Amino acid sequence: MIENLNLALVDWSRAQFALTAIYHWLFVPLTLGLSFIIAIMETIYYTTGNEAWKRITRFWMTLFGINFAIGIATGIILEFEFGTNWSNYSWFVGDIFGAPLAIEGILAFFLESTFVAVMFFGWNKVSRKFHLLSSWLVAIGANLSALWILVANGWMQNPEGMVFNPETARNEMVNFWEVLFNEVAIDKFLHTISSGFLLGSMFVLGISAWYLICKREEFLAKRSILVAGIFGLLSSVMVAYTGDSSARTLSRVQPVKFAAFEALYDGKEEAGLVALGILKNSDKKIGETNQKEFAVRIEIPGFLSVMTGGDREVFVPGLIDLVSGNPSRGIMPVSEKIERGRAAREFLSDYKEARKNNETEKAGEISLIFRDKDFNDNYFRYFGYASIDKPEEVIPNVPVSFYSFHLMVILGFYFILVFGLALYYLFTDSLPKRRWFLWVVLCSILLPYVAGESGWVLAEMGRQPWIIQDLMPVSAAVSQIETGSVMTTFFMFAVLFTLLLVAEVSIMIKQIKLGPKH
Amino acid sequence: MNRLIIKIKSIVNFYREGFKTMSWWGRRVWIIILVKLCIIFLVLKLFFFRDFLDGKYDNDEQKSEYVRDQLINSK
Repeated sequence: MIENLNLALVDWSRAQFALTAIYHWLFVPLTLGLSFIIAIMETIYYTTGNEAWKRITRFWMTLFGINFAIGIATGIILEFEFGTNWSNYSWFVGDIFGAPLAIEGILAFFLESTFVAVMFFGWNKVSRKFHLLSSWLVAIGANLSALWILVANGWMQNPEGMVFNPETARNEMVNFWEVLFNEVAIDKFLHTISSGFLLGSMFVLGISAWYLICKREEFLAKRSILVAGIFGLLSSVMVAYTGDSSARTLSRVQPVKFAAFEALYDGKEEAGLVALGILKNSDKKIGETNQKEFAVRIEIPGFLSVMTGGDREVFVPGLIDLVSGNPSRGIMPVSEKIERGRAAREFLSDYKEARKNNETEKAGEISLIFRDKDFNDNYFRYFGYASIDKPEEVIPNVPVSFYSFHLMVILGFYFILVFGLALYYLFTDSLPKRRWFLWVVLCSILLPYVAGESGWVLAEMGRQPWIIQDLMPVSAAVSQIETGSVMTTFFMFAVLFTLLLVAEVSIMIKQIKLGPKH
Repeated sequence: MNRLIIKIKSIVNFYREGFKTMSWWGRRVWIIILVKLCIIFLVLKLFFFRDFLDGKYDNDEQKSEYVRDQLINSK
C-alpha cells in the first residue's frame, strides 16, 4: 500500500522521467529554432531569386532534417512513462492532459509530417511558393506542437479550469480557455520557443564561425551569420523579457519556487536580487531542515521587490514566511494548508464510504460539495497537502533551484552579448579577422543547451514536492510497481538515447565537414 | 474520379521519387528512425511499458476506485 511508500521507487521513477525529458529536450529546441531560420532564409531566396540563398537554405535544411529525424518519437516515451510509472497521476489529471496532447498529436502529424516531406522532396517539383509555404508551416507546426505540451505542463504548475469528480477520481475540464490561457502556460510557451530560436541561432552562428576559422564557405557563413545574428539577438532579448515576465508570474502562483531560486528565507521589503552567489549550510533550521546562507554574493539592492511588484517597497515573502506563515502579510502557514487538505480528503473518504454503503443521496451531496467554488478555493486547492507530514517538506532543493536559475540568467545575458558582437563585427567587416571571437562562438554552441536544460531543472525541481502544484505530491502520483523494473528501463533509455545522440552528432559533423556542395 | 486517381498517383510518385533520390544522410537517418521505432513500440511498449491500471483492472469504475483509495491513503 501507499502508506509504505518506497522512496527508491519514487526517486527512480523521477530519475527516469528526468533522463527521458532531458534527452528529448536536446532534440526539440533545435527543431523549433532552425525551422524558423530556414523559413526566413528561403523567404530571402524567394523574394530575391538569388540561387546562393537556395544553396544556403538547403544546407541548413539538411542539418535540420538530421536533428528532426533523430528526435522523432523520443517524446512518446514520456507518454509511456505516464501510464506505467505515474498511473495515479495520469488518472487524476484525466482529460486535462488528454485534450492538449491529442491536439498536439494531430497538429504535429498533419502540419509537420506532411510538410516536412514537401520541404525535402519538393525542390523543383512543387512551385517555389508552395515550397516556401511548406517550410513556414513546418516551423509554425513545430512551435504549435510545443504550445500544447506547454499548456499541459503549465496546468501542472498552476491548475485551473477544472473540477474534481469524486466519482471518477479525475479532474474534469470545465473551462478550456482557462487551461489554454493559463498565465504560466503562456509565459512558459513564449519563453520556451524563444529559447529554441536562440539555440537555433547559436547553432547556425557557431557552425558558420567554424567555416570562417577554416577559411571555407565564406559566402554561406557570412550570410548565415547575418540571419542568425539578427534572429538570435531578437530572440535573446525576447528570452530575457519573457523570463522576467515568467518570474513575476511565479512570484504569485509558485512563491515557494520563487523564494527557493533566490535562496530567500526571510521575507522583506526592498529585497535585493542576487546576481551571483555561493551557498553554504547554515546553523539555522526550518523544522528539521538546515537553511542555506550565502558564503559570497553580489546583490542588486531592492531589485527583487521591483521585479515582482514594480516597486522597491513591495514585500517579497521568504521561505520562512511561506512555511510558517506571516499573518501580517496575509500568508497562510503550511500547517493550516495541511489541515484544509486533510479536510478535503475527509470528504473524499466520506464519499467512498457513502458509495460502499449504497447511500446514494449522501454521495450525491458530497459530489456537489466538490463542485462548490468556496470549497474549491478554500479546501480542495490544498488537497495535496493532506499527504505532507512536516511543513518544511514543501521546500524544494534550494541549491539546485538557485544555481540552475542563476546559470540560466547569466547565460541569457551572455547570449545577447555574443549575438550583438557577431553583428557588430559582421557589419564592420572584421569578423573573419577576429579568430578569438570565432572560437568563442563555436564553443558557445553547447551553452544554449545548458541554459535550456537548467531552465527545465528549475521548473521541475523547483516545484517539488508537487507533481501538480498543491494538489498532488510526486509520492502520491507514482505507480506501485517494482523498483527493479524502473531501474532496468532507466539504463535501457540511457543507452538508447546516448546511441541516438552519438548517431546525430556523428552524421551532423560529417555533413558539416562535407559542406553545402554535398 | 479519374482526376482523384491521377492526384493520388502523383502524390505516390512524389514520395517514391523523393525516397529514390535520397542522399546518404537521408538513407542513414531513415534506418535509424525505423530501428528506433521498432525498439520503442515493439520492445519498450510491449514488454516494459504496459499501462499499469489497464493491466490491473478491467473497467474505469475499478480504476477510479483504486485511484480514490490511493488518494485517500497517500502519505
